Amino acid sequence: MATHNKPAANGHGHEAHGAGTHGNHGSLKSYVIGFVLSIVLTIIPLVAVLGADLGRTTTMVVILAAAVLQFAIQLLFFMHLREGENARWNLMSLLLGVVILVTVVGGSIWIMTYNTVAH
Amino acid sequence: MAATHTHGAHHEHADHGHHDQEGLKMFGFWLFLITDVIMFATLFATYVVLRNNTAGGPTGEELFNIPIVIASTFILLTSSFTSGLAVLSMQQGRLKGLIGWLAVTAVLGAAFIGLELYEFVHMVHEGATLQTSAFLSAFFTLVGAHGLHVTIGLVWMIGLMLQLRRRGITPVTERKVNVLSLYWHFLDAVWIFLFTVVYLMGVM
Repeated sequence: MATHNKPAANGHGHEAHGAGTHGNHGSLKSYVIGFVLSIVLTIIPLVAVLGADLGRTTTMVVILAAAVLQFAIQLLFFMHLREGENARWNLMSLLLGVVILVTVVGGSIWIMTYNTVAH
Repeated sequence: MAATHTHGAHHEHADHGHHDQEGLKMFGFWLFLITDVIMFATLFATYVVLRNNTAGGPTGEELFNIPIVIASTFILLTSSFTSGLAVLSMQQGRLKGLIGWLAVTAVLGAAFIGLELYEFVHMVHEGATLQTSAFLSAFFTLVGAHGLHVTIGLVWMIGLMLQLRRRGITPVTERKVNVLSLYWHFLDAVWIFLFTVVYLMGVM
């Protein structure tokens, strides 16, 4: 995977481990940052729903935004979306998945909210 | 190796081919995760549409035990982090660290499943079953599908730990650990949306 990015620098792929200069797969620092951010992004919606009195719409926006950011953190810090030789393909297939997801979820909510004809 | 021309070049070529295969397998697994995204999208859509159809049965607000859900969430978040530490140990060539962190991840995953089972049993005990209402059918299907994924991940993780103990870190076991860790982080991401859409919105 990632070691493949620089074949000129070191001829053979896998033996490059042990060296510890494996920045491509994330470091302890990036994992810790990702973990702390994901904890913070879990506490924010909890406080918004159980503690603060923000009003329904604001609360919805806050908790959905926190969930989407949380997903982005998992993708970037833990799942290494931007790294590796297939990074572009990964991103493209993910975008296709998200388009289908938004269509299915958004479309279902839309039609079930406005299907007054059926009643 | 760079000095011995012909032999070195040949070896590199073979190595290269093998490496591409492992990269392709990683991508194949990524495609599986995208199909899983689509499956969960349909389950989420079903749940959101049916969540108010309680048919006179209990509502989410009455049923959900938020302290348990909060505990589950932090357990799963931590397990995502420890599976990352396992991959980090692997990259440093530390087999013991790798197996150790995988074991910690598995224990956290088992704790998560334990809490979920407790929640389900408690709900069924209170008369909130799969057949009670459309809301509960959608709830058990959506949350159960995620729980099943975590359970499969646990079995897979234990199997991989046994294989790692026998074979050590090779290009093949390395790819397997990377794939498993991808799967585990993905399940964490799905749970975040369950936590938000099902539980937090349920008690709002």
